[in-house]
Amino acid sequence: MGKNLYQKVFDKHVVAKLPSGQYQLFIGLHLCHEVTSPQAFAMLREDGLKVLHPERTFATVDHIIPTTKAERSRPLKDPVSEEMFEHIEKNTKDFGIRFFGPETGEQGVIHIVGPEEGVTQPGMTIACGDSHTATHGAFGAIAFGIGSSQVADVLATQTLAMSPLKTRRLLFTGKLKPGVTPKDVALAYIARLGVNGGVGYAYEFAGPVIEDMSMEGRMTICNMAIEGGARVGYCNPDEKTFEFLKGKPFAPKADRWGEAVAYWKSVASDPDAVFDDEIVFDCNTLEPMVTWGITPAQAIGISEKMPKVSEFKGSEKQVVEEAYEYMGFEEGASMQGVPVDIAFVGSCTNGRLSDLQEAAAVLKGHKVADSVQMWVVPGSMKIKVEAEALGLDKIFKEAGAEWREAGCSLCLAMNPDKLKGRQISASSSNRNFKGRQGSPAGRTILMSPGMVAAAAIEGKVTDVRKYIKE
Amino acid sequence: MTAINVIKGSGIPLRGNDIDTDRIIPARFLKCVTFEGLGEYAFADDIEGLKVNGKIHPFRAPEYAKGSILVSNQNFGCGSSREHAPQALKRWGIRVIIAESYSEIFFGNCVALGIPCYRVDHATAEKIIAWIEANPNGELETSVENRTLKFGNETIALSLSDGPRGQFLDGSWSARAALMANAAKVEETASKLPYMQFLA
Repeated sequence: MGKNLYQKVFDKHVVAKLPSGQYQLFIGLHLCHEVTSPQAFAMLREDGLKVLHPERTFATVDHIIPTTKAERSRPLKDPVSEEMFEHIEKNTKDFGIRFFGPETGEQGVIHIVGPEEGVTQPGMTIACGDSHTATHGAFGAIAFGIGSSQVADVLATQTLAMSPLKTRRLLFTGKLKPGVTPKDVALAYIARLGVNGGVGYAYEFAGPVIEDMSMEGRMTICNMAIEGGARVGYCNPDEKTFEFLKGKPFAPKADRWGEAVAYWKSVASDPDAVFDDEIVFDCNTLEPMVTWGITPAQAIGISEKMPKVSEFKGSEKQVVEEAYEYMGFEEGASMQGVPVDIAFVGSCTNGRLSDLQEAAAVLKGHKVADSVQMWVVPGSMKIKVEAEALGLDKIFKEAGAEWREAGCSLCLAMNPDKLKGRQISASSSNRNFKGRQGSPAGRTILMSPGMVAAAAIEGKVTDVRKYIKE
Repeated sequence: MTAINVIKGSGIPLRGNDIDTDRIIPARFLKCVTFEGLGEYAFADDIEGLKVNGKIHPFRAPEYAKGSILVSNQNFGCGSSREHAPQALKRWGIRVIIAESYSEIFFGNCVALGIPCYRVDHATAEKIIAWIEANPNGELETSVENRTLKFGNETIALSLSDGPRGQFLDGSWSARAALMANAAKVEETASKLPYMQFLA
């Protein structure tokens, strides 16, 4: 009986079975940012502990960093943000950890920096004090979010206490139509399985749609795993994975490349691998998706109507009522035509080069509506440079969008980028929770970068496919 | 390490599914380098949102001010991995959570803070909530060992898996000591991983 990738990688990393019944798992790569790490470093200092393997932790600053050049000058205007910035600089310096700060030209959203530096590799266990860590699963790693106490565990011991998850394979069949993107695939399966459908599972994303998908797209799919309740999501490594890593700063060099690829191939799920569950999704009929409510599962295809409250029962009905009350939308209506105030392209979900290209392709030759402010925030400083080399910045600026510096930005609005009042944002990010984007009454509609660009042009939610030349 | 077993206290009801970590502690309160003082910001936006409508959130209701056993519905603590969320609840005074289900990262963070999170089915959650609403000062008693809840004249079964139950009972809910005890084995495991040599 064959094993799947999750089982193989988990087994290779077991250090011991703990008295509690859990397993002590070796962590191959640890990533840090400024929000969830200072408390962990403080715990280490309090207990007089060292970082066991400082060479296996990498850090950057992403959540609080402003995205305009002027606001990024130090000290930051907001004193608490400055303090957090200083803490990650000092902690990484004191403990001998590599810090990708803005002065290195390598700063960015941690889940974008890891892959582009080549520190994210197949067959690893990867932990980070951030729930979107599953992004790295796109490379065939077991990657998951942890809390700050566990960040301290990893720093001190390079291990974590874990229980193995069950595994579910999500098989995506068919072919994506023009204008339909990995983000739509993610929103569609979350809508179908629900926000807690994945609790207790590691998800393997497989099938022809995933095989055809770029590494960027796979990262988008894995990134959203947690929004469907799955702490871990991954794709099997293949030639695209190896090609992506080749030449990256921390990727294996030529002398070890063959050995590395052999290991990476060995961790892929066996053809006869067994899963606890399998679900098949036909992607032939998939269309661009938008959320209408306050959870990522409250999503519909752009040509569909919002559901009626009467279609739901019990506690699910309560969440639907709460969503309509908060969003101010009308049940049974279309999402097309809903006016938007802010258009945001960026985040660990959709802040990669291919996402910027997708938005630029839609925006080219058009103008952002007068009623809309559009922010395009590259996921990393390197992506910004690459995008500018391709002239994408000019397309955005000519359309009237703001071309920003790298960071998490409006996804969770811990920096100066925030919604105001009840503003509605068309957002390429990952969470449409109440108050998520910086205003306690602000509203978020999740969609693909192309859909955001189309909404920016019309000043309202619309179908991106009318802007796509086949 | 201290073992955690029987916890007694009055309850606090919090109806709703999918109460996410952004609601438990909105992102602007994550601007901090310690967890101190987070308790007063627990549910800050939900509290304000209800207040403008003339309603009062359980975390501000005088009758639940001493509540330490929080009862909610499905998928509690979904969303981000921020330990700030359970830290805020703990610093507000919550010592036990009973809900229909949890996000895994939130559940793990609670274990690390010594907050037992028990599961019950929907009907049981509603029954406990109704009892607390009728008896805001009434005492509830939870037991990790027996996986039970006593309230009024009733004793009901709670669900808690063996792993965290063992951790609470033997005091290893803060895992670090157990992890540090295996230092030699850690290096042995690492030495067998081919990629230890790959990271240039």
